[in-house]
Amino acid sequence: MAIVKDFETKRFPTWCPGCGNFGIWTTLKQALVKAGFEPHQVLIVFGVGCSGNETNLIHGYGFHGLHGRALPVAHGAKIARRNTKVIVVGGDGDGYGEGLAHFIHTIRGNPELTYIVHDNQVYGLTKGQTSPTSEKGYKSSSTPSGVIEKPINPLSLALAAEATFVAQGFSGNAAHLTDLIVKALEHPGFSLVNVLQPCVTFNHHNTFQWFYRRVYDLAKEGYVPNDRMKAIERAREWGDKIPLGVLFEEVRDTYEEDLPQLVKMPLADEPLDDIDISPLVKELQ
Amino acid sequence: MMKIVNNVTWKIGGEAGEGIMVTGILFSRACVRAGLKAFDYTEYPSLIRGGHNTYLAQVGEEDIFSHDRSVEILVALNQETIDAHVHELSAGGAVVYDPDDKKVNVSGLRKDLVYVPLPMAKIASEIAGNRLMRNTVALGTSFALLQFPKEIVHTVMKDVFGSKGKEVVQQNIDTFNGGYDSVSKQQIERFGWKLEKRKPHGDIVITGNDAIAIGAIAAGVKFYSAYPMTPASSILTYIAEHAEQYSIVVKHAEDEISVINMAIGAGHMGVRSMCATSGGGFALMNEGYGLAAITETPVLLVLVQRPGPATGLPTWTGQGDLQYALHAAQGEFPRFVLAPGDVTEAFEMTAEAMNVAEEYQSPVILLSDKQLAESHSTVAPFDSSTIEIRRGKRITQKQLNAMREYKRFDVSTKDGVSPRSFPGMKNGMYIANSDEHDEQGFSEESSKNAIAMFQKRQRKFEDFQSKMPQPELHGEKNADVTFVFWGSVKGAVREAMKKLREYNLTSNFLQITWMSPFPTQAVSKLLKSCKRVVLIENNREGQLGNLIRQQTGFAIDEQILKYDGRPFFPEEIVDYINKE
Repeated sequence: MAIVKDFETKRFPTWCPGCGNFGIWTTLKQALVKAGFEPHQVLIVFGVGCSGNETNLIHGYGFHGLHGRALPVAHGAKIARRNTKVIVVGGDGDGYGEGLAHFIHTIRGNPELTYIVHDNQVYGLTKGQTSPTSEKGYKSSSTPSGVIEKPINPLSLALAAEATFVAQGFSGNAAHLTDLIVKALEHPGFSLVNVLQPCVTFNHHNTFQWFYRRVYDLAKEGYVPNDRMKAIERAREWGDKIPLGVLFEEVRDTYEEDLPQLVKMPLADEPLDDIDISPLVKELQ
Repeated sequence: MMKIVNNVTWKIGGEAGEGIMVTGILFSRACVRAGLKAFDYTEYPSLIRGGHNTYLAQVGEEDIFSHDRSVEILVALNQETIDAHVHELSAGGAVVYDPDDKKVNVSGLRKDLVYVPLPMAKIASEIAGNRLMRNTVALGTSFALLQFPKEIVHTVMKDVFGSKGKEVVQQNIDTFNGGYDSVSKQQIERFGWKLEKRKPHGDIVITGNDAIAIGAIAAGVKFYSAYPMTPASSILTYIAEHAEQYSIVVKHAEDEISVINMAIGAGHMGVRSMCATSGGGFALMNEGYGLAAITETPVLLVLVQRPGPATGLPTWTGQGDLQYALHAAQGEFPRFVLAPGDVTEAFEMTAEAMNVAEEYQSPVILLSDKQLAESHSTVAPFDSSTIEIRRGKRITQKQLNAMREYKRFDVSTKDGVSPRSFPGMKNGMYIANSDEHDEQGFSEESSKNAIAMFQKRQRKFEDFQSKMPQPELHGEKNADVTFVFWGSVKGAVREAMKKLREYNLTSNFLQITWMSPFPTQAVSKLLKSCKRVVLIENNREGQLGNLIRQQTGFAIDEQILKYDGRPFFPEEIVDYINKE
């Protein structure tokens, strides 16, 4: 069995001291160990942003894609080798801005992917512009008079798109987040883990303290994540109280399960010799 | 009356939704079953109902590469067809129309034509209870005029409609016979063309899109993603129809950005992966194209051109995207670009493009256009034994076990190609990184590394350049005229070359199939040996001409360029050669 060290590389993080990314990075490695994976069994597809720089920090098969486009790469990869564990890591700008269409459409198909989103309500790597999850009125270098739009609510969107696993964690609560990611990795279908995290350098509104005072654990309230409408109600909580934990979970056929082409063997293992096109030719005679 | 045998062009025109396409393919397939050759060309606007649609089938005994201007039978399902095409008819040609249709009027038209009034709607209603089947009635009448054996058409109908049940087949046959039997002896006698059966060769009638699809299937494509876009859509629908049969996963994604990224994801895992689109979708794929290049992921992109910019002329043809394909995506990297000129090349070159993609771990762009994509040609059946599958350098688990440290992007190989590992393999871990990276894929921005990686990728290009197929002159030696072109223009050029013989002019052609890398030395040498060089392109700028000049310094001054969305007629080429 692998240990956390097996998932480490010789590279050191380039994140700011105190960044929420440290917590997410650590918990992901721990969750992979807890869920029983070896580094070579895992493909992690990263978007572009501060979270994407995690590419260099996890030992395993990695794919550092384009900004906003990690999900389709992961979806294609999963179809090709459904026996590989495919995880997607991105940020709020990456996944809820540039890649929002892919977010919704990937959820529709329910491929077995775990999507971990670093949601810090700001663009870090480009130095502090507003993000799709920034609160209305948030002042940033690209919105000096405050954001006009209301923020994206990724949890409600995912639930409305018929997601089968929707969870929210907090980078400041590592033990809880590790458990959430393990559950997500074990979920047979698409699992979203939206991780709230502070950006210590650029977001002086949604700070560690700000989150810390507001987050609460759904499980401790006896919440049962089996009702989509109730989950949407919880997903809309933002302000005084912000829910953490699994909001909703159900089991439905995955995209891979609905493809008869994938039953016999992984697509990538299909032999290419002796492909007989004569039935196709006959149709044209 | 002496009849012209086995040299006829048939055209049907009407509104979209009237089954014109199906009738057209029945016409040419029946002719090919009778041992003849057919070339079909369609014109249609971007509409589902209404508009003006035509289907043309030119039939002969010898190979036909393109249609010419004259028409011998015009089936007019509406007045617009008569207005737009009556001038195309040869003297003595027939117009089949419905005299019951109050909107159709043939009075005062050309006197040198044979008018065949046919109550198509009435016959269709009586026999099939469906006036929409009047095209089938007209098909029967057309074949009766041509004295073509009706049994051959019946067999084709059984094959085409068989899956829809016996009743549908019989209804089609009865309706066809209704049209066939309504033609009088006098009408047949007055019409100057006929079709005679020859020894059947088992030829196929196929479009460029279907040829690309079958080439991909034969070469082992296992993942195909696409978003529908004319004129590329039928590659998607063809592969989708046969996906389960050949263990192919077809993904109709939400947009072309997703399409290319999914194809890259599948290609990354070791699946032969492909997508097709037209210019607009290709524009969305540009960033992904570069991603495939820097991550060294094999993927085949098919760009089926139509005239742009933006939505442009969505259902028409053109070759305006050559320079775009050669320069797509930011940055410098080896760009592999090739273009077939006919359906057989489309089949073979698609398969070869998949080999190049995997051998050189690179995206490859295959260019086509609406004229090749949607026109039907008659060719010998495709044979998959001509297709070789080369999967390139793949590392084995045994090799990985014996290694101290695997480097996916090893810069030390002479050809720039470093063996691939795949997720699931122990000791083979690496990062496929859109950032510039070191030999294991870690982000690395040093000057030394950047140069090493640029050169590694470039060496792949140079290696292929040293092995790629070299262009040759085809046709007569020391010819009076040498045509230079790429892509579907080939059909019109080959027909023009036949006609030029009638003027005692010899000709040959230089077709460029690989645009990048460019076969500079061969092209330079060949062009210098020619007497008169004429460039022919379906665009305004002469984009291949510019590429040749850039690569060889050879400027082709004589250019026949056409950019109205229509393909070349062979006559246009012949007229130019004779006039200049």
